[in-house]
Amino acid sequence: MTNGNLPLIWRKFSERYLLQGNCCETCGTCFFPARQICPNCRRKGKLVPKEMPREGKIITYTEVFTGPYGFEYETPYFIAIIELSNGARLLSQVVDSPKEKIRIGAKVKKVFRKISDIDPEGPIAYGYKFKVVG
Amino acid sequence: MIGIVGYGAYIPKYRIKVEEIARTWRKDGKAIANSLNVEEKAVAAFDEDSCTIAVEAARRAVEMSGIEAQKIGGVYVGSESHPYAVKPTASVVAEAINAGPELTAADLEFACKAGTAGIQMCMGLVIGDMPDWIEYGLAIGADTAQGKPADALEYTAGSGGAAFIIGKKESEIIASIDQTFSYTTDTPDFWRRQHAEFPRHAGRFTGEPAYFKHVISAAEGLMAKAGLKPKDFDYAAFHQPNGKFPLRVAQMLGFGEKKVRRGLLTPMIGNTYSGATMVALASVLDAAKPGEKILAVSYGSGAGSDAFALTARKPIEKKRPAVPVLEMIKEKEYISYAEYAKFRRKLKSL
Ligand SMILES: [Zn+2]
Repeated sequence: MTNGNLPLIWRKFSERYLLQGNCCETCGTCFFPARQICPNCRRKGKLVPKEMPREGKIITYTEVFTGPYGFEYETPYFIAIIELSNGARLLSQVVDSPKEKIRIGAKVKKVFRKISDIDPEGPIAYGYKFKVVG
Repeated sequence: MIGIVGYGAYIPKYRIKVEEIARTWRKDGKAIANSLNVEEKAVAAFDEDSCTIAVEAARRAVEMSGIEAQKIGGVYVGSESHPYAVKPTASVVAEAINAGPELTAADLEFACKAGTAGIQMCMGLVIGDMPDWIEYGLAIGADTAQGKPADALEYTAGSGGAAFIIGKKESEIIASIDQTFSYTTDTPDFWRRQHAEFPRHAGRFTGEPAYFKHVISAAEGLMAKAGLKPKDFDYAAFHQPNGKFPLRVAQMLGFGEKKVRRGLLTPMIGNTYSGATMVALASVLDAAKPGEKILAVSYGSGAGSDAFALTARKPIEKKRPAVPVLEMIKEKEYISYAEYAKFRRKLKSL
């Protein structure tokens, strides 16, 4: 987290810390990250903020061997598309999980981790990652 | 009545064996492990710090308590490895469990006893007679203890933490806090100066005039105040800088080893500093049955001890945590000294 984009990241704290997304009261669909309008109901949709469930399953995953700036010391690491138990999907790093357990369909739960900490004198970015359970 | 309405512990899954550390420095690992009564210690992952540990413990405490996080009116995080020198860990924790923004919060430091100082502060807030101020307080002790490479403390400095929610509603209290007593002196046994990366200590001086004197004085002071004797307690949880001190202090105070066993975790996870007494108490509460009495005594260098007399209550039977501490620490993965040096950023370029 560099100083330049601090306001941008700060606005996302509830999303990153609590998995705050939103759900449409009209059709019941939940979105993460939060959407401005419900794609199903358009103008008839009514979106309310909601914390997403902290459990889900892996839809697909990949192992990253060459990480972007800020992640180069964490390679190799896994990222996965995760479907939360309410159907919302997100992309997340998968940590603390043995390689053989990171599989399509594997159950995961949210953990609170450092996302980036690249400048020893700069701010630390915290947020969600997921870990395989069971 | 005042007491604990929920608690949660978190121990990172990575472990390094004392023998692996000793191998790096060409020392006799078996002899060191024996002399400390420590086999291995928990190591926070590359992307963990005291703040992430505090959040995980706090979330578990909230889940176990069954209370709404929004009702927490005070958050105190005790640690000697707060990620920032200036900027509170407590505000991150409050936001990450959705407790804020209407609450008071602060970071605490008193070497290894800042977490129990937080419990006392929460007790004061919750029971104080300012009307309708705070219903619940959250006190956390969490550390990713810094051990200087090749120093004696490197074998024991572990990572972990625990969180306690303090409340006053009788129907919710799983363990009442019946009495507390503290003992504090200016004793320079262990310190870390501002901007210094690793703490320094006074070697053998950390034993008799430091740990033993304060733990015993606080425990005896508490028992005198509460009119209790060692035989009245079913469990005792002491601060545990290594696996030997808590056993010896128990013996000196007149507690059998059996009463200390359940809370003796340092042999398996190392000394979690601000987390140590808190995690020990959490493990004891995992097993405690209604009516059982618990003594908990922390120790923080510099130096002081907070002692507590607790009684487990009926609501504890319905509020057991999802995973007991002893079960949680079974999930582990061993790492080499090189990985440990990377995880804890002991390499210059990190
Ligand atoms: Zn809709």
